[in-house]
Amino acid sequence: MTVDLSQFIPSFLEESFEGLELMESGLLNLQAGDSELIHSIFRAAHSIKGGAGTFGFENVTDFTHLVETLLDEMRDGRREITNDDTEILLESVDCIRLLIEAARDGDEYDSDKIEQTSDRLTIALEKKPTTDNNDSFKEEKCTKEKHYIINFVPELSLAKTGNDPIFLLSALAELGTLTVKADSSTLPALNDIDPLELYLSWQLRLISDASIEDIEEIFEWVEDECELDITIDEANQPEKNPEQTTLNKNHESEEPLKQNNDEETQVITPEPKIEVVKENSPITAKPKAKSDVGSIRVGVDKVDSLINLVGELVITQSMLSELGSDFDLSKLDRLTNGLEQLLQNTKELQESVMRIRMLPISFAFNRFPRLVHDLAIKTGKEMELIIKGEQTELDKTVMEQIGDPLVHLIRNAVDHGIEPSEIRLANGKSKKGIISLDAYHQGGNIVIEISDDGSGINRDNVFNKAVEKGLIDANATLSDSQVYDLLFEPGFSTAQEVTDISGRGVGMDVVKRNIQALGGRIQVDSTPGQGSNFKVNLPLTLAILDGQLVKVGTETYIIPLISIVESLQIEKEFLNRVSGDMDLYRLREDNVPILPVFQLFNIDAQCNELDNALLVVVEADGQKVGLMVDDLLAQQQVVIKSLKDNYQQVLGISGATILGDGSVAMILDIPGMIQMALEKAQRSQHQKYPNQIEKVGGYN
Amino acid sequence: MNIQAMANEIPVEGEHSIEGIDFITSADQYLTFTLAHEQYAVDILCVEEIRSWERPTIIPNSPSYIQGVINMRGVIVPIIDLRLKFSIGEASYTETTVVIVLTYQAESSSRTMGFVVDAVSDVLNVESGDIKPAPHFGGCVPPQYIEGLINADSKVVTLLNVANLQLLEKDDNHASI
Repeated sequence: MTVDLSQFIPSFLEESFEGLELMESGLLNLQAGDSELIHSIFRAAHSIKGGAGTFGFENVTDFTHLVETLLDEMRDGRREITNDDTEILLESVDCIRLLIEAARDGDEYDSDKIEQTSDRLTIALEKKPTTDNNDSFKEEKCTKEKHYIINFVPELSLAKTGNDPIFLLSALAELGTLTVKADSSTLPALNDIDPLELYLSWQLRLISDASIEDIEEIFEWVEDECELDITIDEANQPEKNPEQTTLNKNHESEEPLKQNNDEETQVITPEPKIEVVKENSPITAKPKAKSDVGSIRVGVDKVDSLINLVGELVITQSMLSELGSDFDLSKLDRLTNGLEQLLQNTKELQESVMRIRMLPISFAFNRFPRLVHDLAIKTGKEMELIIKGEQTELDKTVMEQIGDPLVHLIRNAVDHGIEPSEIRLANGKSKKGIISLDAYHQGGNIVIEISDDGSGINRDNVFNKAVEKGLIDANATLSDSQVYDLLFEPGFSTAQEVTDISGRGVGMDVVKRNIQALGGRIQVDSTPGQGSNFKVNLPLTLAILDGQLVKVGTETYIIPLISIVESLQIEKEFLNRVSGDMDLYRLREDNVPILPVFQLFNIDAQCNELDNALLVVVEADGQKVGLMVDDLLAQQQVVIKSLKDNYQQVLGISGATILGDGSVAMILDIPGMIQMALEKAQRSQHQKYPNQIEKVGGYN
Repeated sequence: MNIQAMANEIPVEGEHSIEGIDFITSADQYLTFTLAHEQYAVDILCVEEIRSWERPTIIPNSPSYIQGVINMRGVIVPIIDLRLKFSIGEASYTETTVVIVLTYQAESSSRTMGFVVDAVSDVLNVESGDIKPAPHFGGCVPPQYIEGLINADSKVVTLLNVANLQLLEKDDNHASI
């Protein structure tokens, strides 16, 4: 019987990824002399190594060990922190991530890359950047070789905590030549053995150049659960010459351990665990677990506030039910009070629950320092990323989907925005370009701003390019913002030369589409010579939407508030009919096409005359249309339910919701409705044109 | 349609239900219901619940047999009128008109839909060997919806395939723009 370690693998993976992020951000900020930071990086690497060892992910352990050694040298001040080393370490972080991901999915990984990096690590480890030359280093190493006697008496419960002595022993064996002697004198009779307990203790003899701290560190995970006694055997210091020791290290180190283990495994019952863990863990590590199944770590304070609220809710409920069991009109006041309280409680509960899905945006921002760092090297420009408002909270789903568009915007800022240092200096700017990333709340939205202090967008370039691509007419007069919006047209790129970072003209349109799919907007602003600013507006959450309820015939529909420009009553003098069959409404300078909702949806309406009808002007994809409705009802927040779960996507409808009276109402999808109207127009043209029938008429 | 006649066919609690359901049987159980004067059956394990008819919310531009969607305890459930889908009888909505809500659990997903029928009638115990293939000699019900025929006393009950019943036809969405 063994403890099933596989159940802990998901949390190990989660912690490892967090550790890797920590390492990465630490490495990016790493400067010589910052011992606190290098300690935390080291600790992260060490935990990953320890955990991977426990779960039998050997490749992770081996690789991380190299990283750890390098970090250790930095930590002890034996090695100076150089840019080269930091680069190698950053690459190693990628490799560890790759290895852990492969372990999680049970996939193959790119072993070439791992090998290359691990070779580079080894080389970096071998060449000491300090003044000592190799020979003197070897000397030092040899004289340091010592004999340790380690008495390791674990507590009975050691194995229950997920620690396996075999991993400790193999870690020791890596330090030098290890001789293991197991003491099985405390082993009870076979009948009395509890298979979960560890009855053995070990006496170890280690010949190694490692310091006593290195040995203690191996036992760091178990030091509270064992008696540990490490002494240096002065009488028995080695007289061998250095060459031999190194040989011994390579060849013998594993042999004695293996032999001992083989003997051990036959005697001790708890030992078969090694086999089980090794064989099972890669398989049980969730076959093909997709990372998007995901879990959320929720702060205890959030859970506590939920529990408080539920407590209040229960009190209100019991008050109301007591009131209801014996009700007369004299208690009406108490009833209204109780209902008000219930309303308050439910609102707060809803907010609290939504807050659980909220994560600080730093989760999305974390990868950008690394991105900018890498891009800076690739482009040879100097730049700095300033991040503000990392604590701004955002819905998890939105966060997951906003990552890629942001990456693209930052790449653009680096590639097109920031100028090379010489040009910057010539223009009287600081040598380092500055890209800033800022997130903050504004109303019910979250705003993410990406700005750079680079050259800005060249309005004429954009204009000419658009004319060249046939997107606009050469004589068109466009406002600045209209020109900048052209950047988001498919196939548009003003980059003089295409680099592998950006400039292929795919992307900006995708960025815009992704942001719109999340119900957000993107705006560009730019001052030539001063830099540009991209502003992304996102809804806080995808599950709840602010909506305007409207009535058409017997049906209630919901128009997302974010897309509404204004609502008005149609006045006859502003009504125009053009091209035979299309109604336009003159809204100040704009001519807004009128789409009667009842006609698009084939339902009966009370009001099918344009005159005096209510018009809700909405905007999508830069196109304004007026939706003709019967009545405007309340504005309220609605919970979005998918139609796809049990039915299918319906054109013109983005989802459904349940209203206060329990009935279902459809949420309108404005871009979809515009598309419907266009298709309809095309079809009717198709039908009309061949027969040359001119149809003039209203909507009946 | 004669409401009185149909009302007589509806099982009264305690009368039919006990003799009809034999819980020790090894056979599969099927819920039978009527469309006009014909008997149909579905696998009882798919039946989520049986609801009385309520007016659903219209889905724009859906085919006529898709009546709309209702709120079933927070879940949006589409309602399909089987009489219109199969062109059997007339689609009248009376006191006995019921909605059978069926959930079909496919490998990766499950789908819940409500089907309007004239009335539910009984639960049948049928050995799988007693389900006979249906001859395809016309009829209004397309063959992909029919799993087989069951003989129940003197009547023949058509067993429907729930999985196919829940598949929506491709053009369902644009049927009548």
